[in-house]
Amino acid sequence: MNQRPKLPGWPKLSDWNVLGLLPAHLIMLMTLIIPVGIIALVSFSTRGPYGGFDYVFTTAPYKQILFNEGWSGELEFNPQYLIVVARTVILSLATTIICLALSFPVAYFISLQKTSAKMLLIYLVTLPFWVSMIVRVYSWIIILGNDGVIAKALRALGINENMGSLLFTDTAMLIGLVYSYIPLMILPVFASIEKLDPALVEASHDLYGSRLTTLRRVILPLCRPGMAAGAILVFVPCLGAVLEPVLLGGGKTMMMGNLIQLQFGAARNWPLGAAISIVLMCAVMVFLLWRGVQAMRKEGREASA
Amino acid sequence: MDMSRPAQHKKAVEIKDVSKAFGNFQALKPVSFDIYENEFFTLLGPSGCGKTTLLRMIAGFEQPSTGEIALRGTNIQALPPHKRRVNTVFQSYALFPHMTLEQNIAFGLENLGWPKERRMARVADMLRLVHMEKFATRKPQQLSGGQRQRIALARALAPEPEVLLLDEPLSALDLKLRQAMRDELRTLQRQTGITFVFVTHDQEEALDMSDRICVLGDGEIQQLGTPADIYEEPSNRFVADFIGETNFLDAEVISLDGDRATVSIPLGVTLNAPQKQAAVGDRAVMSIRPEKISLPSQDGQIATEGTIIGANYLGGYTHYVVDANGTLLRVSKRNSQSRDRTLEVGQSVKLSFAAESARILGA
Amino acid sequence: MTSNVRRYPGFGLFSLIFFVYLYLPIAVVVFYSFNANRIVSNWGGFSLHWYTTALSNAALVGAVKTSLFVATIATVLSTIVALMAALVLVRGRNVRFRRVSETVVNLPLLLPEIVVAVAVLILFSEVGLTNGLLKLTIAHTTFCIPFAFLPIRARLQGMDADLEEAARDLYASAWVAFRRVTLPLILPGVFAGAMLAFVISMDDFITSNLLNSGGATTLPVYIFSLIKQGVSPQLNAISTLIMIVSVVLATVAFLLQRRQ
Repeated sequence: MNQRPKLPGWPKLSDWNVLGLLPAHLIMLMTLIIPVGIIALVSFSTRGPYGGFDYVFTTAPYKQILFNEGWSGELEFNPQYLIVVARTVILSLATTIICLALSFPVAYFISLQKTSAKMLLIYLVTLPFWVSMIVRVYSWIIILGNDGVIAKALRALGINENMGSLLFTDTAMLIGLVYSYIPLMILPVFASIEKLDPALVEASHDLYGSRLTTLRRVILPLCRPGMAAGAILVFVPCLGAVLEPVLLGGGKTMMMGNLIQLQFGAARNWPLGAAISIVLMCAVMVFLLWRGVQAMRKEGREASA
Repeated sequence: MDMSRPAQHKKAVEIKDVSKAFGNFQALKPVSFDIYENEFFTLLGPSGCGKTTLLRMIAGFEQPSTGEIALRGTNIQALPPHKRRVNTVFQSYALFPHMTLEQNIAFGLENLGWPKERRMARVADMLRLVHMEKFATRKPQQLSGGQRQRIALARALAPEPEVLLLDEPLSALDLKLRQAMRDELRTLQRQTGITFVFVTHDQEEALDMSDRICVLGDGEIQQLGTPADIYEEPSNRFVADFIGETNFLDAEVISLDGDRATVSIPLGVTLNAPQKQAAVGDRAVMSIRPEKISLPSQDGQIATEGTIIGANYLGGYTHYVVDANGTLLRVSKRNSQSRDRTLEVGQSVKLSFAAESARILGA
Repeated sequence: MTSNVRRYPGFGLFSLIFFVYLYLPIAVVVFYSFNANRIVSNWGGFSLHWYTTALSNAALVGAVKTSLFVATIATVLSTIVALMAALVLVRGRNVRFRRVSETVVNLPLLLPEIVVAVAVLILFSEVGLTNGLLKLTIAHTTFCIPFAFLPIRARLQGMDADLEEAARDLYASAWVAFRRVTLPLILPGVFAGAMLAFVISMDDFITSNLLNSGGATTLPVYIFSLIKQGVSPQLNAISTLIMIVSVVLATVAFLLQRRQ
């Protein structure tokens, strides 16, 4: 039964299949899969006296996320890290939603253009993505900063005479995050709009649907796969963002990304950093699994219907 | 003046001097005609003749560059597509892939604000009408081409449109199915009594189904009439060529007498036959349909001799190509008896046609 | 009246505003890079002064060299590895665990980059690797693989498998079929993948910053240190130069893809 006829193609099929994948799998195993295991180990290890860690089992790093340990070992609830986690999730969600809202009209508008104009506009959308991330985030420092472009403009208009810096706020981070990741949202949304058969839009109008009805009942539902793909592409890197919180949020309003970085850098608390990394990774995995289950359910529904 | 319809027929659609230009391209020159209530009306022409543009202007997806369109006497120029009481069966069917068949059919009714119970009853009626009751909760992707076609029809008929527009709805189907759907479409039109405006490039389809046909070519109306009118009395060379098969012979117009002309043709004969748009001295052609040539020749007809140089056996018919002194004539002969194929390539034959069957057309 | 039912009024204006938003920050940086005044936001006349200081900045030149070195090696390695993996995953027959294998190849995309950075940091500390350049090159190769992989896979999937069989039918060995038929046809995808990998490597901050030690400072890490010192016209000039290079690269990639 398993004896399939050997098809012309690659000689020594089984060998090549293994050989071709070997380098990629080896690299991922050595540099990611095993190290992620080590992170998990470190997150249950004791902090070394001079930074670093010793492999002595403890759950202290995870407790530390939620509690302060007093002199006598009593645990006192401290929400400082929990606030960071909440801020990270909320900012990432907000970024995703704003990117969705901004992307759809733009992607839709682009898809209606003639081929040459379409190509040019897509090029213009992707261009900033090729420009160094750090430069793009930096540019907002000039705009939002003390005596920055916005402050100057407002003063010139006489609206707000002495506005301080807009930097180092959640809003500044949000602006930076949206700006950084929006090309990742526009492209898949655009792709799904392009796939939309124009006849379906006409059919909706033909069947007495107004523009709004058509948008709500035909266009948006059919663009959902693109929007879901874009949401993943934006949400996941947002959860782990480092540059935006460091540069636009300053040291005070942190996100998980720079909190982790801090533990491996100046704070020299590797176990805590590892524990937060595990929490972050779990958040991402839960999100991806949830999307995956949704996609599978949809597939299942379509297959069984 | 259109004589084929008595004047008391109500006009469903009036097209007045409607033209359409896309940039510098004149897709449709100004045309005027009426479509009557309860009629199966076909817009026929080769691709690029402007027939789909015309349909889309009635539906409201394109705005005429000039002229106006009225629906049951009301000018609908200013109405957007979703406020026009016409529905379209799209060439690709355009069934919403994220909705079940029921939801597809109910879509228009919901937008018209029909109450739920009336809506559901209508959906059930429509599914029954197209024999698809069992498939109500399926999605369009799970249907065959013919089934999708039926649902597209049901969806467009459900809101009881004043006119149903069909944009080459049969072109995506295979031959057998296309034949069956022709009959079904015709039956549906009679059952519902709704005016059908049908667009096609398939002349056989048009002849088969239509009450009247409007032949479009090069962005203008070439002829408008019943299928028999169009086939038997083509108004010009374009129509004679596009509808059915025919032989064109160069004809020199000797004299004109009203709707008849005396011409001389390359077979070395002079004849008097019905004419359209011919003028003395101008180039003209004589059109004679392959089935109107008798083989062997009959008495009292214009006869000539020739050699058979080709024979294609098609079951019911055999198509011959006859070389008559350098003029090639296509002849269609019914195989009325079993194994009735006595003519061979290379054989000399006599053939003839009646002058009354020929048509002289201005070139 | 808008006759085209597909148009939505207002989307054009919205898009215009969007593109202004997309390019305004970049324009601001470029504009102020020509500012003669040392204080960035006070315009003191046009000057190219900051470009000459930037180009004679030894630390900057060093960072550029480090970045180019790491990016070049990481690009070559990751493209080769990705190409091999793509050939098996798209064209191979009876590949077991295809889904899992693909997930493994794309793993760096599924993890937030900071986790990838922490993973390699701990790995190198456990192994005792101290050479900064080597650490960077290994880490960059890892996270560049999926970026090289995805365009190659897309190209391979878009290519008719019959073509390879036709080549085999015409007496080509597997290797000849690959070299003469498959490779030339997927080359644009390979090139796009390599380009993407290169840009991702050049642009990387998170990993490079966490690994920053042993004198291996990449360009983004250097720029970061400048930003920490405060906004300066020289920083604007450097940023503008980087953007020019990026725009050139992006345009080349765009035109190459468009030719297909």
